[in-house]
Amino acid sequence: MRKFKALFLVMILVVCCMATACKKDDKDDKIKVGVVNNPPSESGYREANVKDMEAVFSEANGYTLKTFYSIKNDEQLQAAQGFITEGVDYLLISAAETTGWDDVLKKAKEAGIKVYLFDRMIDVDTSLYEAAVVSDMAKEGETAVNWLLSQNLPEYKVIHIQGAMGSDAQIGRTGALDKQFESGKMKKVVQQTATWDEAEAKKIVEAVINSGEDFNVIYAENDGMAKGAVAALDEAGITHGVDGKVIVMGFDCNKWALRELLAGKWNYDGQCSPFQAQIISDLIKSGKAPASKQIINNEKGFDAKALTQNDIDTYGLGE
Amino acid sequence: MKKNGKKAFLSGFGQLTIPLIAIALLVVFNLIRDPGFFSIGISHNNNGNPVLSGNIIGIINGASELAVLAMGMTLVTAACGGQDISVGAAAAIAGSVFVKVLKSGSAINAGTVILAFVMACIVAMLFGTFNGTLVAVFKIQPMIATLILYTCGRSIAYWINGGATPTVSSPILSGIGSFIPGVPIPTPVLIVVAMAILFKLLFHFTALGLFTQSVGINGSAARLNGINATFIKLLSFIILGVCVAVSGCIGVSRLGLINHETLLIDIEMDTILAVAIGGNSLGGGKFKLSGSIIGAYVIQMLTITLYAMKVPSTDVKAYKAIVIVLLVVIGSPVIKERFGRWISRLAERRRKVSAKGAEE
Amino acid sequence: MQEESLLTMRRIDKRFPGVLALNGVDFTLRKGEIHALMGENGAGKSTLIKVLTGVYQMDGGEIRVEGEKVSIHSPQDAQNAGISTVYQEITLCPNLTVAENMFIGRSRGAWVRQNKLEERADEILTKLGIPARSTQLLGSCSLAVQQMVAIARAVDMQCKVLILDEPTSSLDDKEVKQLFDLMRDLKKQDVGIIFVTHFLDQVYEVSDRITVLRNGELVGEYLTEELPQLQLVSKMIGKELEELSNLGDSEEEKIMQPEVFYEAEGLSSTEALPFDFSIRKGEVNGFTGLLGSGRSESVRAIFGADKVTGGTVKINGKPVKIQRPIDAMKHGIGYLAEDRKRDGIIAELSVRENIILALQVMNGMWRPISRSESESFADEYIKVLNIKTASRETPVGSLSGGNQQKVILARWLLTHPDYLILDEPTRGIDVGTKLEIQKLVLKLAEEGVSVTFISSEVEEMLRTCSRLIVMRDRHAVGELTGKDLNQTQVMKTIAGGES
Repeated sequence: MRKFKALFLVMILVVCCMATACKKDDKDDKIKVGVVNNPPSESGYREANVKDMEAVFSEANGYTLKTFYSIKNDEQLQAAQGFITEGVDYLLISAAETTGWDDVLKKAKEAGIKVYLFDRMIDVDTSLYEAAVVSDMAKEGETAVNWLLSQNLPEYKVIHIQGAMGSDAQIGRTGALDKQFESGKMKKVVQQTATWDEAEAKKIVEAVINSGEDFNVIYAENDGMAKGAVAALDEAGITHGVDGKVIVMGFDCNKWALRELLAGKWNYDGQCSPFQAQIISDLIKSGKAPASKQIINNEKGFDAKALTQNDIDTYGLGE
Repeated sequence: MKKNGKKAFLSGFGQLTIPLIAIALLVVFNLIRDPGFFSIGISHNNNGNPVLSGNIIGIINGASELAVLAMGMTLVTAACGGQDISVGAAAAIAGSVFVKVLKSGSAINAGTVILAFVMACIVAMLFGTFNGTLVAVFKIQPMIATLILYTCGRSIAYWINGGATPTVSSPILSGIGSFIPGVPIPTPVLIVVAMAILFKLLFHFTALGLFTQSVGINGSAARLNGINATFIKLLSFIILGVCVAVSGCIGVSRLGLINHETLLIDIEMDTILAVAIGGNSLGGGKFKLSGSIIGAYVIQMLTITLYAMKVPSTDVKAYKAIVIVLLVVIGSPVIKERFGRWISRLAERRRKVSAKGAEE
Repeated sequence: MQEESLLTMRRIDKRFPGVLALNGVDFTLRKGEIHALMGENGAGKSTLIKVLTGVYQMDGGEIRVEGEKVSIHSPQDAQNAGISTVYQEITLCPNLTVAENMFIGRSRGAWVRQNKLEERADEILTKLGIPARSTQLLGSCSLAVQQMVAIARAVDMQCKVLILDEPTSSLDDKEVKQLFDLMRDLKKQDVGIIFVTHFLDQVYEVSDRITVLRNGELVGEYLTEELPQLQLVSKMIGKELEELSNLGDSEEEKIMQPEVFYEAEGLSSTEALPFDFSIRKGEVNGFTGLLGSGRSESVRAIFGADKVTGGTVKINGKPVKIQRPIDAMKHGIGYLAEDRKRDGIIAELSVRENIILALQVMNGMWRPISRSESESFADEYIKVLNIKTASRETPVGSLSGGNQQKVILARWLLTHPDYLILDEPTRGIDVGTKLEIQKLVLKLAEEGVSVTFISSEVEEMLRTCSRLIVMRDRHAVGELTGKDLNQTQVMKTIAGGES
């Protein structure tokens, strides 16, 4: 027993030595970046986002990257605090919650650390950060609805499947469509939240089909729910896609979803770009203060008719 | 003799009275609301196969995962006097394993699907063993023990595939999750029937039913009669593991995609409710699988009814809660006793009347 | 001797599915009397009490308190009518103080002055001569005092009728005396007391009147002094008592088979100190000793009910390992546990399922007993043991104590054991069934089954056993056979004289 203990202690010592040895290897000419983000397991979007960050802020590009992932705000705050004490040059934050960040950001400012927000806004004075690189969800919705209007259908009877109520993506993507419902240009057959759940989306569409009501557009606020809706259509023998009866619209541009578009089974997929790293890297390297505090990440919408394999490879998320 | 017959009729459903009344009420309510609600039609799906369609099919089909889980949960409840709240997370793990195996091969054929299912089963049974060990060996409250997997299960599911929503597509999968060409009945429904038959056979060809109930009702006495209570509890979790794997694979096959965050989300609560609505005591002991299965259909019928009424799905849970509170209250011992008293008083009065008639 | 009647119950009927539990029973309680309610298990005593306290609803008849008709539909109604019950199991909260226990659930407002309550509680306790302080935790009092506190609580609620259901079953002699003193005190205060018990001696010590029930019907009401004990018993079981006295003689003629069936050397468990023990085929032996002397622990070690920690065991001369109950069962040993409710019955399962349980366990999970087979087993033993049940599918929990015990006996008989251990098989069951069980034990022995019989009633053991092992402080202190088998010798040995 004692032998084991001794061995164990020695091993701990060795590991400690190695750790300190590694630290000394750090070179000082690299730009030190600390990223506080949500964990990649959160969503396909986040996974792509994390990969993008790690790819852009790589050693090869002249950065030393420290990362911390958590969906808990207090853990994120602690990690940010830790990065400040360690002395990073830049702090990049996608916060779990919008509140509670004042103190940490003030400390960062005092320490001369520049802060960039990405993907998500924080409720603090704009002077506390350099810039926020975010998606404009409302614009995503507008792009999609404008595309839908450009299809010039004789009438629009829409099944609207919403994401988790109150999330940024849901509010943004719902807004533009709600305006059309109000103006009477489009008819709301049903508007239900499936809280991002594919199976729930399928049930919602099944209920409409079984009630016998007519519809010709499915506007799902992410790809998964669109897939659920399509499964219901397939079982009921209702055609969809480019040459079908029902127009299918999704969001997020997962690769598998774009492939559905390419096959002509869906009609539209709106992008929600997780690629903010390059924009921030460019800002850092330029050394200038950004022109605006809020930088909108430009996002596209893909039409099945115009989509190419190249688009899928470039913009598709996941595998 | 006739009187006996009537009495048997009144009490004959016993435990199943409440769920059957619930179904009857929902049916009547829907028929009043929309006489065509239960119409069943034959349509052709996009693969050109004739399939049954209609709300009733949707309900029975949609409740499949729930029904399968409810069967396993009933067993765990009976043996351990507690519930496994990690079934949703475990199903996400099983589904992820299923997808992982399917994607690792070059082509998807019957062999790989079976292999993937077997792997999913093994993994789910392992996690069942984990839960079961905590409960049976370490005597941890089932809800607390399974809270661990409930919390971390979906993260584990994420690690298996990495990506958030990997997709797989194959005619075999859509055959499992939707329809087998030429068979108009949704395959998940057939799977539920198969599972029910398997359970029936299990109880028929083993003494598991008797042992499980003995352990659940009086663990100490069961032990002194030579029953290995630890093993029985563990076994119940392992069997639940199989149910978890089956429902996870159904869930994945329906859409050909695994979203570890949303696959069978919140299903643990519905499962426990199905067991409770089925008239089974959540404190363990005597149980009826058929009750739990009917309970699952009650819950699904309720959900679909609310969807058909276009109740916003944000409100669905609240309405569901109201109905379920009603059902559980009606099924409570207090109401049961009052109702029983009322029935017996009624019978008494009738007996007196008939006795008087006979005298005259 | 015309006292004022306090409580009259007339023509009370109570029906359960398949059973008429009470059939036109009359019962009268007068002011200031202690009235013993007697009968075998299943005679209807508890049903009558439960009707009176509102736990059950009667199907016919009427109840009058002080001449006024009352309708009792709930325990609350009973309490309002001045009827209070103190149950066998203490139903108070051991982790609250005596005062809190006396007033819990009775104050109207949420705000009650603690010291006021304590003053009042002390007042009552002194008045009734109960040796407890109001601020003391109830759990720190002896069982007798706890019971008295429960009575004090009832008295303070202005109860006119006090029901004591088996109040003495867990008390020692001194405590019983304390309780009886209290009962006599209450009697002087014009409280009517209904006293339910199995102990005949106590009935004669304290009660004024006796009402006997049998099979749900009234046998009669008697003045205690006018009813000899032997007659009381014969009225309770409905037959003359000759059998009782005849039973003892049979075992003298019995021929002992010489072969030893079971033999243990230095057997010990987590609960039992090492001991040696052996039993021959067809022998009935007994373990006796005071409660806590280790008699149950020893037989539990034989059956592997507690973790076995050492010793060697031979069955039919061959060494075997018995670690768990299933090992013992596989070697032909059956064990009827001391605590029927906790370790015996599976209450919600049917009589049939309870009967086949042990056999099914021995068959293993993969060889279930078919429905029809189990039904015929159940029917057979219901008949052989004369189990009173509405049907074989009745939940065993709804049977009376004696019949539950018979079901468990049936369970073990069905496994055709070579060696049956019966730990207190007659506790809390009626005289008639006791007799049946004793007879059964002797019959089994004749058939070559070894039986270990444990009972707290020494007399009962003397009647059935041919050898008694006396235990004290977890050690065997003596073994009595032949001429030594008599009450005095047993007492001497227990008390620690020469063995």
